[in-house]
Formats: sequence, C-alpha cells, structure tokens
Amino acid sequence: MHFPSVTSPHTERPNSVTWTMLWVIIALVPGSIAMIWYFGWGILVNMLLASLVAVAGEAAVLKLRSRPVMPAVGDLSAVVTALLFALAVPPLLPWWLTVLGVGFAIIVVKHMYGGIGYNPFNPAMAGYVLLLISYPVEMTAWLPPRMLNEQILGLGQTLSVIFTGTLPAGLDWDAITMATPLDTMRTQLDLNIMISEIRLSPLWGDFGGIGWEWVGNWFLLGGLLLLYKRVISWHIPVSMLVALLLIAMLFHALDQETHPFGLFHIFSGGTLLGAFFIATDPVSACTTRKGQLIYGASIAVLIFVIRTWGGYPDAVAFAVLLMNMAAPTIDYYTQPRAFGHGIGKNE
Amino acid sequence: MHYPSAPRTTHRLHRFHGGLHLPDNKAQSTGRPVRRALLPELLILPLQQHIGAIAKPLVSAGDPVLKGQMIAAPQGLISAPVHAASSGVVIGIEDRPVPHPSGLPAPCILIRTDGEDRWCELPEPIGDVNALNPDTLRARIRDAGIVGMGGAAFPTSVKVNPGREQPINTLVINGAECEPYITCDDMLMREKADRVVAGVAILRQLVEADECLIGIEDNKPDAIAAMTQAVRDIGLDQTTVVTIPTLYPSGGEKQLIKMLTNLEVPSGGIPAQIGIVCHNVGTAAAVADAVLEGKPLISRYLTLTGLGVAEPCNLEVLVGTPIKDLIGQAGGYTYAASRLILGGPMMGFALQDDQAPVTKGSNCLLVAGTEEAPDPGPAAPCIRCGECAKVCPANLLPQQMYWYARAKDLEKVQEYNLFDCIECGCCSHVCPSRIPLVQYYRYAKQESWALDQEKQKSEHARRRHEARQERLARLEAEKKARLKKKKAALKKRPAAAGTSADPKKAAIEAALKRAAEKKARLAEQGVMPENTRQLTEAQQRQIDAADARREATRPSQPPADAATAETERQDG
Repeated sequence: MHFPSVTSPHTERPNSVTWTMLWVIIALVPGSIAMIWYFGWGILVNMLLASLVAVAGEAAVLKLRSRPVMPAVGDLSAVVTALLFALAVPPLLPWWLTVLGVGFAIIVVKHMYGGIGYNPFNPAMAGYVLLLISYPVEMTAWLPPRMLNEQILGLGQTLSVIFTGTLPAGLDWDAITMATPLDTMRTQLDLNIMISEIRLSPLWGDFGGIGWEWVGNWFLLGGLLLLYKRVISWHIPVSMLVALLLIAMLFHALDQETHPFGLFHIFSGGTLLGAFFIATDPVSACTTRKGQLIYGASIAVLIFVIRTWGGYPDAVAFAVLLMNMAAPTIDYYTQPRAFGHGIGKNE
Repeated sequence: MHYPSAPRTTHRLHRFHGGLHLPDNKAQSTGRPVRRALLPELLILPLQQHIGAIAKPLVSAGDPVLKGQMIAAPQGLISAPVHAASSGVVIGIEDRPVPHPSGLPAPCILIRTDGEDRWCELPEPIGDVNALNPDTLRARIRDAGIVGMGGAAFPTSVKVNPGREQPINTLVINGAECEPYITCDDMLMREKADRVVAGVAILRQLVEADECLIGIEDNKPDAIAAMTQAVRDIGLDQTTVVTIPTLYPSGGEKQLIKMLTNLEVPSGGIPAQIGIVCHNVGTAAAVADAVLEGKPLISRYLTLTGLGVAEPCNLEVLVGTPIKDLIGQAGGYTYAASRLILGGPMMGFALQDDQAPVTKGSNCLLVAGTEEAPDPGPAAPCIRCGECAKVCPANLLPQQMYWYARAKDLEKVQEYNLFDCIECGCCSHVCPSRIPLVQYYRYAKQESWALDQEKQKSEHARRRHEARQERLARLEAEKKARLKKKKAALKKRPAAAGTSADPKKAAIEAALKRAAEKKARLAEQGVMPENTRQLTEAQQRQIDAADARREATRPSQPPADAATAETERQDG
C-alpha cells in the first residue's frame, strides 16, 4: 500500500488566519453597534462601503499579481482593514474619500509590499492618515453623539449625504457637525481656558465627552474577548494603556488645569480601539514579548506627546505608524534568551 | 486533562518555556496486554540502525544463522552491531527500503527464517553487577547492540562512558512518552517495571550517579504505580519516580532535565556537561536483558495505532520485521488509512509504503486517518502572530527563523539559534498560516552543514594553494640564490684568471680555439670528417636529388599558398 509523503506534524491544526480575522471582526461588533447607536447610520454605511472596496480592491490586485484570489480574500484580513478604517473616519465622509482611503490602504500599503504578512505599516491607519493630511476638513467633520444631536439623520438622508454630498433641506454642515472632545479640549486649552472651566460645559461626561466615553468601553469589551480567545496577547494593549495612563496622570498631577486627567486620554479618541485592534496588528507590530511591551508603551508616549504638544487632536494613527517603523529594530534587540544560552546565572 | 489516580511525588518540578497540551490519544492502544508478533518469513536488518558508523557484515549469502548471533560488527567507537532476530539462512545483503525520511534504500542483511527460532549460545548472564569491572559491563552493552530506544538510537555504550573528568550527579530516566498515540514505553513500564528498574540500577552503577530521577507524565498512572512499586521492591536508594505534567515535549531530553532539575543543557552541549545522563526506559530494559540474561537487542515494544488500523495495539516485534507483516496483526488497514507515520504525530515521518522493516529505534507505527491528520492546506504568508514563539520549548523566535530560512540567509538564521531547535513541531502545529516551519529549519540546518563542509573544503583548498605558492616562491628564491652564488663564483674566477670580462664569451672562445686546434691536428694527419667520406652511390644520388628539389621549390612557394587559400575559402 502506498502513502503520501507529507511533512510532520500529522495533526489537526487548531488555528487558521481566517479564524483569527473572524474573531477580530466578532470582537469589533459591540464597539461598532455602539458607534452606530451614538453617531448614526453613516458608520454602518462606511463599514459596508469600505468592506466592499477592500475586497474588490484586494481581488483586483491579486488578479494583477497573478496570485490565487480566493485563499487571500478568504482570510478576511481585507475586511478587518476596512472595518478599522470605517470606525476611524467621520460618519458622513463622502463616499469617494472612503474609496480613496481604503483603496490606498489595500492596494498601496498592503499589496505593493507583497500582501498580507509583508506590509510594514498598518494599512487602515496609513489610509486614514493619507486622508487626514489631504482632506482635513472632511476628516474632522464629526457628528455629535445621539444625546447632543438635534438633527439625527435617517438612513436615506445619510446615504444621500454620503453619496451625493447634499444635506437635507434647511441644514448646513456647521449645524450638524461638531468637534470631537479631544479637539474641543485642545482648542480651548490653546485659548488658555482652564480644564475646570472646560469641564463645566454639558458636553462632558465622567471620563471624556458624553457618548464618546462609552464607545471606548465597548471596544474594551471586544478587546477582552480577543484576549480571552487568545487571538492577541496582553502585552501591547496593557503596556500601551498603562503607559498612557501613567504619563497622563503624572502630567495631570503636575498641573491639573492644563493637563486632562488620565482616564480622559484612555476613553477619548481612538485609544481603546487602537490598543486592542490596531496596535495589535501582528504584521506591523513587534513580535517578541519584550518588544511588544516597549512597542505598546512607545505608542502611548507618542500619543500623549502629539495630543499635548503636536498638531493633531488625536494621535493613535500617527503613533502606530511611527512605531511600525521601529518594530523590526525593537524586535532585533529584544530577542528572548534561548534555551541553554547564557546559563552562567543558572544555579 | 486530569488523572487524579496518579500518585503525586514531592519532588519539586520546574517549567520549561512553551509546550503544548495535545489530545493524547493513548487509550486506543493500551486496552490489551502486549502480544508477541508472529515470526515473519523474511527479516530485513539494516546495517545502520543507529547514529554513527555503519556496521560491517560478518555473514554472507547462504550462511545459516542462529537467533541472537551477531551478523554485523560495529566499526569504530560510535557504532553498534546487528544481531539475527531469529534463526534461518542469510539470503543476501542488498539495498532495501529502510525507515528513513529520505525514502532511500540502504544496505540490509536479509534472513529467511526457518521457523525454529533457535538461539545461539549466549554469553554468561552477569549475576553480581557490582563485582564486575565497568568496562566489562560496557563491552557487554556494546556487544548486545543496544542503542537509545527513545528514537535517537545513539549507541548506549558510549553514553554510559562519560569519562573521568565529567562526574555524573544525576541519572535521568525518560519515561515521559510525551508524543500523542505512542504507548510502548507506557506498556513496558506497566508490564516489565522490574526489568526496567533492574536496567536503571545497572546504568546508574555505570555512570556512578548519586541520584536517579525517573520522569513519567501524569497520564500514565498505571506505569507510575508499577515503577514506584518496582523501585521499592528492588530497593534502589536515592531513586525517585517523578510524576510530571502532561505537556508536550516534556519527553525531550533537554526539557525533561529542565523540568526535573531546573538545569539547562548548554546550547550545543550534552547533558554530561552539567552532570546528567539521560536514558529511555526501553534502553534500561534492553540493558537489563543484555547484562542479566546475555540477550542482545533483537526485539522491542512497538505501538500500532491510529484510525487507519482496525485494532490498535502494542506488539513485541523482532527487529527487522517488515511493517506490512505487522499491519495484519493489528487488524489490517481500515478505509480511513491515509498516512503511514513512523513515530508520533508531532515528530514522526511519513513512510511512502509498508515495505520497510522495524528497527531498534522504531517506537510507533501510526496509520493516521484523514480526520486525525487532515491536509492542512496550502501555506499562507506568515502574519508574525508569534503563536510559534509562545509554544517554542527552546524559547526561539520561529517566525524570525522562518523569515531568514526562506530568504536562504543562513548566517542570520543561525544567529537566531537555528541549531537549538529540537524539531518538536509545536510551532508548525499552532501556525495559523499552516506553514511547515520545522521543514524550513531542517532545510536550513542541512544547508548550513553543507555550507560548513563547503567552507572547510575551500579552506583546505586555500591552505593547499597557499602552501603551493609558498613552495614555488621558496624554490624560486632558492634557485635565484643558487644562480647568484654561481654568478658570484664565476665573477670571482675570471677576476682571478685575469682574462676577458665576460666569462661566457671566454668559454666559447676557448671551445672554438680547442675545436680549431683539433681540426688542424687531424688535417695534418690526413683524417677527413667521417660522415661524408664513405657514401654509397644511392646515398649520394638521394642527397643530390634533395638539393635539387630544395632549389626548385623555393620560387614556386607563393602560388602554392594562394591555391591553399582558395581551397579554404571554398570549404568555408
């Protein structure tokens, strides 16, 4: 009897890339629902549109590269990129900007470097940053959260705004958009307003802006699911959040009136989404355990520095991209001690 | 998985990095006691069943052999003899398929058994081990052809001779059997614990170890109980049966030592360097057989299991039995049979057919079904998730090694400690991209060895070339020196004689002078040059004709050339 010549191990394999990505998508569900609840249909429309563009773009590039289409599209990594992008951009972003951002992420940032596993930068964040630099007005036109919004748009109206750019009659952009809490905090601090005064405004909740602060919680929940399912390890999110909290608390302690308290940084902007879903992108992050701790903490430092003294109100995307560049070097210098090496210390 | 019945010991255990909790799949093959396999018609005994130099045949085709007779002798220190596993006739020594990952045939002695299974005269059993010279014991172990039976098949006689400068503190006995499916050591310990412990006592005496630790995974409560009892019965002091957690690869030599003693075998080193020697329980039993009964290693316990065989079981098989003869004794193949694996699922290798024989190091035949070992599908790119690094028992970075192995950057992959990889397969098992990582490391190791050899060769060639250059330069220098000396001498002589400045010219002049004097003298005596004096008429005619031809051809030369040139052109 003849048998195939196959290599070990001869086992049923417990993991697959598709399952990993699927768990990431599942873990994004609570945060996504929260986002849709607070900021309207635009979030959902963006998620669907971005996914469609990502999958179509990936398939097209694979075809051009003469690579098998199905296994690569089937791993769902393009969908994850699209969803992260859609959750980072304003809900009423014109459709063509979504197409541009996601197209850039998939075609240039991911596939021009060789596709999954080879991209040095996080594609979703690179697409986001491209738009943020090129189209700052559109990219900062956020809606107020549901409880502060008097002009909640229906699904039809949302589609119309996104795809035609025309607002419902009687509304203009200034009336329906609002700065994010991070933006507000920054602008008012620039005007030398004290934090105690800023926080008097009804926009503020317990940790950050009303509505905004709760979105982070739902991403945190999804992140805990990923930790529980061992899709990600704790090193990056924990080091990032702890470092950010510690730095923010230190500066807050030094000057309470010009530096917002620690939890404000955690529950504002993209911190929690970034800590669990973006900084943990294995391809562009550090791969050694020690390296991941340094990587996460460094992202936190950069976030704090850019938010406090830099030119942008939020900084997760910039911080992640900057650390992407440093990841290989960090990995090189943080190799673990292999078994049987340097055992002078051994009793 | 918990086995509450496993007796716990107080020995303190230590962790090694990584490892995997795998479904152990051992119960299938432990249901029935071990049976002796049927005597095969043909025994195929490979000359190389061990690490080291191949054994040299002592028999030739047509020779009758008896059971236990040495039919191939070891060559060199690291080698092992081969014995006839049953009585019969040698029908040839030829290349046959052997259980090796390459699938290449290797030289084997073929014995047609006669069914009588007649023993040869065995050496005297050694009753009192303590009274004997250790070298006699080692010689007995070597003559019995005993090799490491955990799979590596390193000659045991070498391992029990650690040398004076490396005192051994601890003898570690490996009964972990951490690979899923394999149960032959488990069954051996259950059924022949006394024999194993007797072997342990001999091994310990040989390496002069102060203490002995017997490591067994907690999924083998019966074996632990039997071994504990046997140790108590035989009364071995300072010997502990240690229950270790079921964590693959706890049975890896380095991992087991770390677990039991918290000591790490230095990278590239051997356990003896840290005062430890490690032997498998099967080896211990074989040593007991050889010393206490004089029996060479001609049979072993073998697990036949997997969804691909109808009745998974353990058999005591003769070394050299063809695999195909054994399948029937495990109920034959089932329809599920899709892979034939020698060894366990993690480290075993796939055999292309069942013609190869069982060797001394074979512990398990796993006939896997599609459900047990499904095709993992094509490998996808590495996403650097680090799962591999998390489970690596050597604490390596498999993802980085893969990166460089794939790029054939052998230097870099060695920098990432390629040679500390024990090829346990944990990384490949957990890889979400289904990359056959271990395969890449094996490849990188092979290439590195080849490169090393190449380097050594070119280093050798370079040295030879340099030596040659040096020799040539030396010869040249010597020659020059000689000439210089000669010249100097010549220069000195004319100066002394006071004649012409050029010694060569002077010599020529002298010679010419001598010749002219001689000619004149001869002419005086009326002697002519001899070679033209006594020509025959025919010779004289030939000379004249040749002279005429020479005269005639001289002017006709150019036209002949032109003609030749013309012919060449036409040919072209």
